[in-house]
Amino acid sequence: MTKTFLALLLLSTAIPAAAQDLGQKPPETVPVETTEEEGLSGSVSFEGNLEDLGIAIPAFATDRNAPTAANSAGTAALGRELAQVVFNDLRNNGLFKPTGPGSLPVPSYPEITNPAWATWTSRGSEMLVKGYVRGGEDGRLTVGCYLYDVALQKELARAGWVVPPVDWRRAAHKCADLVYSRLSGESPFFDSRIAYIAETGPKDNRVKRLAIMDSDGANHRFITNGRATALTPRYSPDYRKLLYLSYVDGNPRIYSYDIGTGRQTLITQSRNPTFAPRWSPDGRWVLYSMAVNGNTDIYRVSAEGGASTRLTDTPGIDIGGSFSPDGRQIVFESDRSGGQQCYVMNADGSNQRRISFGGGRCATPEWSPRGDQIAFTNASTFNISVMSPSGGGVRTLTNGWQDEAPTWAPNGRVIQFFRTERNSGRTGLYQIDLTGKNERRLATPADGSDPAWGPILP
Amino acid sequence: MNRRILVTALLAGTAALSACKKEPPASLPPEPQPTMTSTPGDNMSGGIAQPGSQAHFEQGVNGQNVIYFETDRYNVDSTDAAALQTQAQYLGQYPQVSITIEGHADERGTREYNLALGERRANAAKNYLTSLGVAASRISVVSYGKERPIALGSNEQAWAQNRRAVSVVVN
Repeated sequence: MTKTFLALLLLSTAIPAAAQDLGQKPPETVPVETTEEEGLSGSVSFEGNLEDLGIAIPAFATDRNAPTAANSAGTAALGRELAQVVFNDLRNNGLFKPTGPGSLPVPSYPEITNPAWATWTSRGSEMLVKGYVRGGEDGRLTVGCYLYDVALQKELARAGWVVPPVDWRRAAHKCADLVYSRLSGESPFFDSRIAYIAETGPKDNRVKRLAIMDSDGANHRFITNGRATALTPRYSPDYRKLLYLSYVDGNPRIYSYDIGTGRQTLITQSRNPTFAPRWSPDGRWVLYSMAVNGNTDIYRVSAEGGASTRLTDTPGIDIGGSFSPDGRQIVFESDRSGGQQCYVMNADGSNQRRISFGGGRCATPEWSPRGDQIAFTNASTFNISVMSPSGGGVRTLTNGWQDEAPTWAPNGRVIQFFRTERNSGRTGLYQIDLTGKNERRLATPADGSDPAWGPILP
Repeated sequence: MNRRILVTALLAGTAALSACKKEPPASLPPEPQPTMTSTPGDNMSGGIAQPGSQAHFEQGVNGQNVIYFETDRYNVDSTDAAALQTQAQYLGQYPQVSITIEGHADERGTREYNLALGERRANAAKNYLTSLGVAASRISVVSYGKERPIALGSNEQAWAQNRRAVSVVVN
């Protein structure tokens, strides 16, 4: 019995590393086709706080109830689901004062472009979102989204998209993005995905799996099966690859997982351990940190592979790195001064200078996609904080027992991070607005850590 | 991870083999089955561990196969030095033995930094052993950062136990 077990173990260690820990590959990302998009100019009638802005989101209408792979009850039922996703996006993020399809009349198809204003003025909503869904000959869905100012009885924005049935939720997220952008003046963020580490099991034997999901937690998938510890994922800007750390060969190494082929490769052919993978904004470069005889430095390598360039060379731990949106600078973490602090350098490693002098330890800096802020972990108090790229204007946003690893929403207005509970070691994904408002926990099937929010989907 | 399971399996196998060598008289009732569930070291207490096993190593170094570090530090202090000297003596006596040093950090640090810190601690222990004449080729290192705590509390005492470098026999 023991011998058989041993033989099995020996056999299993002989299997190529890459094959051991990967589950079924997720579907590839298909770009969404936009049929029409129009944001009308002109002002909005509402002048109060945006969180008081009432928005009615009735069920999306359909021209005829056609069968669709997206909903077993057909396009009429799907229209209701679409409106519900738009409603949840806005409500769960504390945006505006939305009313969902559950408590609203269902508009007819002709009413989508010709609202019955009396119906909506009597309900007291300042804004109205209407949409339609049509099944096409090829099985694809056409979804339209209209935003109206009820007081002005005027259309504010409209857009339409053609999506395969499997991507129906993306059309709803795009509608939520249209509404949010038009009313707030901010860039969109709902049509995006998150990679993170799903955690289960006791504190001294946690199973850590690479997982992905939509920005609202839907379409959740595990990428690895949990046999090897997986940590710190990062989506490539085009969503075609995931970088992450895996112990699949027994040592911590960064792998590049290709979603199209379902295969993964080492980011660098070295026997040394590698940590902290990061993409450049254009997806052409990868930063990783490598320990050589206990000394960790940051390296840059082409996303296609090849020779690496070492960017830091001080004794101690230089780790992480996050590019400015223009790709010219990198903010990173180093303990060269004695404790963890944040530094900025040029993308070629020149001109390294410390920017954090706030008193606490500065760790895991992440440059905002807007460029104007850097989020980081205060590793003395374990709170998520932000500062300007020159290190000024430090603001603390969270106060959990241990909060770490901030990641930005595609528009730089929301930050996700993970929170660890004292004693139990249980973890959860959280997010908070840059303003410090609307902190909430994201629903995940298991505990979660190391969130990495990707850009707007192609 | 695999390696550790493998070591456990090898040890369990060794235990089974050594149990078989004892030939019990036919008249006696059957021996109780050897337990396979205990951790290496425990099941050998009082017995004779095989040279080259983890249990034998831990016996040989009087349990000093683990050294501990201060918060954020990786230097080898006098207590650590004494433990590593004992390990070096054992490794001098059993030249066929190779070890992996596992570096760990406590939970009060960020994940990536702690991976690098664990690596640094394991290397500090390795460098000390090589300075005592142990061939570097016999010592591999692996960092688990804060991912594998041994003490489960969230207090100073638990964190002190978790900031450690553990020497584990690999063959």
